[in-house]
Amino acid sequence: MNGEGKMLPGSLAKDARIASWVAIEADGTVTVRTGKVEIGQGIRTAVAMIAAEELDVGMERIRVVSGITGDVVDEGVTSGSGSMEQTGRALRQVTAEARAALIAKAAAHLGVDAGTLEVEDGTVRSPATNSQVTYWELQGGQPFVGVARGAVAPKDPAGYTIVGSCVPELDAVAKVTGGAVFIHDLAMDGLVHGRVVRPPSTGAVLLSVDAAAVRHLDGVLQVIESGSFLGVVATDEWQAIKARDALALSAQWRESAQLPDEDNISAWLIDNETAAHAVIDGTPEDAPVPDIAPPVDAAKTLEASYTRPYHMHASLGPSAAVALFEGGRLTVHGASQGPYPLARALAGSLGLEEDAITIIHTQGAGCYGHNGADDVCLDAALLAQAVEGRPVRLQWTRADEHLWEPYGPAMVVMTNASLDNDGNITDWNLDLWSTTHQGRPRPTTETHSGLLADWHREPARARPVAKPNFSNESGAHRNAWSTYDLPHQRVVSHFVAETPLRTSSFRGLGNYANIFAIESFMDELAAAAGLDPVDFRLRHLADARGRAVIEAAAEAIGWPPGGPGSGTGKGIAFNRYKNSKAYVAVAMEVEVNEENGVIAVSRAVVAGDAGQVVSAHGLACQLEGGVIQAISWTLKERVRFGPQRVTSVDWETYPILTFPEAPIVECILLNQPGEPYLGAGEGSQGPGGAALANAVFNATGVRLREIPFTPERVRAMGVAARRGA
Amino acid sequence: MAETFKLRVNGVARQVDGDSDMPLLYALRGPLGLVGAKYGCGSEQCGSCSVLMDGVRAFACKITLAQAASRDIVTIEGIGTPDNLHPLQKAFMEEHAFQCGYCTPGLIVTAKALLDRDPDPDAAAIASALQDNLCRCGSHGRVIAAVRRAAKELAR
Repeated sequence: MNGEGKMLPGSLAKDARIASWVAIEADGTVTVRTGKVEIGQGIRTAVAMIAAEELDVGMERIRVVSGITGDVVDEGVTSGSGSMEQTGRALRQVTAEARAALIAKAAAHLGVDAGTLEVEDGTVRSPATNSQVTYWELQGGQPFVGVARGAVAPKDPAGYTIVGSCVPELDAVAKVTGGAVFIHDLAMDGLVHGRVVRPPSTGAVLLSVDAAAVRHLDGVLQVIESGSFLGVVATDEWQAIKARDALALSAQWRESAQLPDEDNISAWLIDNETAAHAVIDGTPEDAPVPDIAPPVDAAKTLEASYTRPYHMHASLGPSAAVALFEGGRLTVHGASQGPYPLARALAGSLGLEEDAITIIHTQGAGCYGHNGADDVCLDAALLAQAVEGRPVRLQWTRADEHLWEPYGPAMVVMTNASLDNDGNITDWNLDLWSTTHQGRPRPTTETHSGLLADWHREPARARPVAKPNFSNESGAHRNAWSTYDLPHQRVVSHFVAETPLRTSSFRGLGNYANIFAIESFMDELAAAAGLDPVDFRLRHLADARGRAVIEAAAEAIGWPPGGPGSGTGKGIAFNRYKNSKAYVAVAMEVEVNEENGVIAVSRAVVAGDAGQVVSAHGLACQLEGGVIQAISWTLKERVRFGPQRVTSVDWETYPILTFPEAPIVECILLNQPGEPYLGAGEGSQGPGGAALANAVFNATGVRLREIPFTPERVRAMGVAARRGA
Repeated sequence: MAETFKLRVNGVARQVDGDSDMPLLYALRGPLGLVGAKYGCGSEQCGSCSVLMDGVRAFACKITLAQAASRDIVTIEGIGTPDNLHPLQKAFMEEHAFQCGYCTPGLIVTAKALLDRDPDPDAAAIASALQDNLCRCGSHGRVIAAVRRAAKELAR
């Protein structure tokens, strides 16, 4: 709120001071500050475009400062497709107000009426008096003193020249020429190199290690041994790797993990339910769970069960960080999605005041949710404590990342719905089972920590106890509440507290499994009603924007498809992300090889409405990339594990989609000039998975309900037999 | 035991002190200051570390200093520079063929090796040439479009 009680847009409500967000520098540039960080989604470019547009300055003048604690507004975690809505909307308003302040100053300076002034690239002109002054002459190097009041109207979208266009990403040149962009590339005077040795499995305890022998290896500066936490610091990187390998080889562990049976994870989830909550309009309530009660006059009642396995974020670059301890202060360069929450967690872990810690966000490889980016910062800090005054660069190995990143939870989703004689849905039930989707670091206490190394080192802290999530459209129940117009919805979230495999936020949270289930089931219902899947969806959806993306995707893929039996098929699926963000429909064409069970996606279309488009290519890349990622998750991916250990340790044991397997994705953006920005970065994975299942059904008549759709499973479903029947 | 190795990197003679079994990647990213090639897996599975060795794509995470000595090594930094972009680099920008960009240097290097031996590859040939490079953000289609665009530009 501002002083007049008007709600300011996005994160501006957290800090309305103009100087917190934008500065006119002395050197002819403009600095834009944001608490959101770049995770490969293009947010820095998008906020620069918004600022350049509202201020009427060229893109090349904009500098973006993001994710540095103490220097930017605390905007929490960059997650949940919230950045455009939170920081984007804030910056649109605050830069409009900054422009108004500059115009007022210019009017006084030039002695003319503010309404007569024009701005071009930061130069304010008075055509009447043929005089001009620049932003930099007026304000260069002086912070704005006012606060945003929400009284200034941002620019009319009809006059946009930058917003909605395609501009190169801010660091595009560096990214194509091998420039130092990533945390992995950071160079610093006196930099030394660290590595850690992790236990072989959850709960493994270190019995013995020959640290003394490793201390004598070339270049080794320190060997850190604390409980079951092991690390090395060496002068150069290869020395650190060799020391790490020697340490790992000498370490003896006692393993104790008792992991569930990977092939029966659905039964394990259902058997280990902790609590069940009815979800009402997207929000779980601590109230009695109603029974399923199909209408007595139902023409048909269908039920189905869908599952997804544990998935990895599987960032291409393993997590890395650079940490420096000096004079009682800790500085960490890292790729955390939440610099301020990380600082609070590290403060508790290390016994420091929060203001003795500075987190400087530096890009990692694309992250897609909570991976090892936070954990590696504590690892680096612990190593840096051992070599005070020297910055330590620590990079996880590929196996470290595969074994220790928090996974996307396995889920079971059961649906039950009834149709009347006209093919209308008259009753709708959805029950889901999942472990937590919320493992991000919280402030570390004396007994509990969300950061990995705290579980292993002395004194050991426990993993936080997982609790049910009662927030709207969050956690496992994200998009469990159907977007369709249904006369009755009964949605139940069954929470499983135990986490034999560490789970946390994975792109889209529950959306992927819930939309896979809902949109597969909509196809099953359409088939039962004898209706076309697109028509069936449209008859249950009044929202014009939702209808528009479905119709656009259907048209682009060439709807309607032929019937089952050709071996090729088309499928479609839709969601409105979180029931409040972007509208996305995905359509796919697949070929199913009956002999070997391989599914090939030959074409994909994604149609999205994310409100006012800011960075057209940035939005398209997010939607297209989400479709490709969904194809990869749905066709190929699952975390493999035995009774004690995770066995997916590299790209051979956790294969992802390759170039020959990836289709071209055609993207259709339905721009809504002047409408609020809607988060889209997680909008296309749910419909991506379901569209694939629906296309396979269209091609073969076989319904795949268990992800991933591996060739073995496709063969086991009897595709060839069904075809021959 | 550390030895001195004579390397030829991006057309320049360089010397590196290191163990003979040290992968080239650590010489590039460390003493040579060329950070374009990335560590991704350390086992030739992802292509993030790709360089050209005598014109052929090689995985710098596995090639040792002993193997790289006296060979002609080209990294992403040797393909083009910010002031003098190679058509592949321009095309990757024009097609917005990356999101996080971590895999990008390896892809451009691998595509360069392809175009050097096949100046007019179709989409299937490009995908096949890139089959040992992984991209997790899902920019695959745009990458293939970028390589096609660069091939046309180079043919002009």
